[in-house]
Amino acid sequence: MSSEAKGQVMTANRLKDGDVVFLTRSGGWSEKIDEATLALEPLAVAALEARASEAVLANLVTGHYLFEATRVDGKIRADHIRERIRTLGPSVRLDLGKQADGTAGAFRPVEG
Amino acid sequence: MYRYDEFDAKFVKERTAQFRDQANRRLSGELSEDEFRPLRLMNGLYLQLHAYMLRVAIPYGTLSSKQMRQLAMIAEKWDKGYGHFTTRQNIQYNWIKLEDTADILQALADVEMHAIQTSGNCIRNVTSDHWAGAAADELADPRPVGELIRQWSSLHPEFSFLPRKFKFAITGAPHDRAAVRVHDIGLRLHKNDAGKIGWEVMVGGGQGRTPMIAVTVRDFLPQNELIAYMEAIMRVYNLFGRRDNKYKARIKILVHELGAENFRAEVEAEYARHPAQQTQVEEAELARIAQYFAVPTFEKASQATPVFEAAKRDNAEFARWARNNLAAHHVAGYTIVNISLKPEGGIPGDASAEQMRIMADLAEHHSFDELRVSHAQNIVLPHVKLEDAFAVWKKLNAHDLATANYGLLGDIIACPGLDYCALATARSIPIAQAISRKFSDVAQQENYGPLKINISGCINACGHHHVGHIGILGLDKKGEEFYQITLGGSSSENASIGGILGPGFAAHEVPDAIENILNTYVKLRNTGEEFLATYRRLGPKPFKEALYATT
Ligand code: SF4
Repeated sequence: MSSEAKGQVMTANRLKDGDVVFLTRSGGWSEKIDEATLALEPLAVAALEARASEAVLANLVTGHYLFEATRVDGKIRADHIRERIRTLGPSVRLDLGKQADGTAGAFRPVEG
Repeated sequence: MYRYDEFDAKFVKERTAQFRDQANRRLSGELSEDEFRPLRLMNGLYLQLHAYMLRVAIPYGTLSSKQMRQLAMIAEKWDKGYGHFTTRQNIQYNWIKLEDTADILQALADVEMHAIQTSGNCIRNVTSDHWAGAAADELADPRPVGELIRQWSSLHPEFSFLPRKFKFAITGAPHDRAAVRVHDIGLRLHKNDAGKIGWEVMVGGGQGRTPMIAVTVRDFLPQNELIAYMEAIMRVYNLFGRRDNKYKARIKILVHELGAENFRAEVEAEYARHPAQQTQVEEAELARIAQYFAVPTFEKASQATPVFEAAKRDNAEFARWARNNLAAHHVAGYTIVNISLKPEGGIPGDASAEQMRIMADLAEHHSFDELRVSHAQNIVLPHVKLEDAFAVWKKLNAHDLATANYGLLGDIIACPGLDYCALATARSIPIAQAISRKFSDVAQQENYGPLKINISGCINACGHHHVGHIGILGLDKKGEEFYQITLGGSSSENASIGGILGPGFAAHEVPDAIENILNTYVKLRNTGEEFLATYRRLGPKPFKEALYATT
């Protein structure tokens, strides 16, 4: 049986290089979506928001926001195609972005 | 060849130094993102889907070999080995780091380039024909007049706080390749019966969410009255333009709301109040500016072109390319080479650093050191000897740059869309690729004749879908990408906005829909009739019936 959980992930761009990053359980920022915290209920979402605001003030990241995602068998997949492309890289250049450097997580190219 | 004048060089140097300081202060936390954002945008640095994106200005789409090589160097050193030529005749790098940006701006300044984006509600930029100074049908190179307008407007305090941003386009040829009717002001040069030249002045065009075709307010304005007349238009806009609503503030809305006749009357009344003599275009000033666009010293070539003719005879591939990608030059023995950045299944407008260097080398050896970027995302070598065309082709062919589809179906315009753009609602590039693959046979493309397929990934219309003969707009329907097809758009001298054909399609259905539309055209066209002409003759009905009967 596969396990599924729906929730929200906090993302941003790292300030110095613009790389797409996700807020992790330990409060750090990772390039890997699989290391992201999936907030399942409002309190957890609020905690992500608070931590992201701190990181913005500390000039670590910029442009943060939450997106909907699903955890399937321990792997996190963005629900909307926009966020999937953002976690992978351009669907027209599989040699670039996270899908190329091994940080894309388990879910492979955007279909279509 | 265009180069900055001294004022610009000093200004760019100062701005680069300022930006280095600003970026450092941002990285150290002295500046917040809210404080920094307008500064980075002014310097062409945007935050996109995957990273920072740097947009480099290419005034009039004109580049030297040295500049092109520097663009290649930047792509290799600070990006991922390629760049994207856009519909705004500039280049974008998609993977830029904030900490590198000041160095990149310095590298640009070293070759008299910059990424400064005019921002705010002022006169933004002046764009022109990518064949300017070369085309056989051109009456005069429009770029000096474009530059005169740019310099006049950027120094003019009265026009720094317009209701909204403002864009000019200018062409010196009767055949409009600069899309002047979809700009705030479009200018087109004409020659009257007496052999004198004058400007047709068109106002109130635009794309985006409210596409409109500009109306002609003057058929024939003498050149020495141009600036005075532009001032009159800008004053009417300043006075009546809607400042209360961002979406209604462009001059196209004003022209539309007042009606063309009333708008024209207001402009003429304003113009009459200010005697033209006060701001006559000074011939000396125009001549000074014209030096920045110095005409190459063309050789007096003979009419016979034996090498070219023999190559065409012996090499069918070259012959096809020559047929489609070369355009008539105003000097006998020369030709305009259009390099298609649309290989089969490729990403429209992308070029690798190596390809940029190849094109730079060719320009240096065969085109008076000059290249152009076209708004259709192709590169132009404007002044090539016909006798050199075969040598140029061979080199292009060796680097996947000799696709013979210029102006045909495969020459698709596509914005970056959801693969790169943070504003996108759907992807554009994969749609272009799928169409390009489906119709990969260039002979078949030639059979369809001149065709413009334009694709945008959202309503902002950077892919010019409104003016595509076939336009495709990507939208988001409940989290899924879907595509709306419009027919009958054009950005040429007979400009029109395409009409929506009917319900949209899923991505995988689009290539078949295009095929259906083209089959209908082939069935119904008169001998020699181009797609747009057939559509205009028959209207959407037969296309609609065929398309929606089968899906
Ligand atoms: S049309 Fe939309 S998706 Fe395409 S580049 Fe412009 S803003 Fe981005």
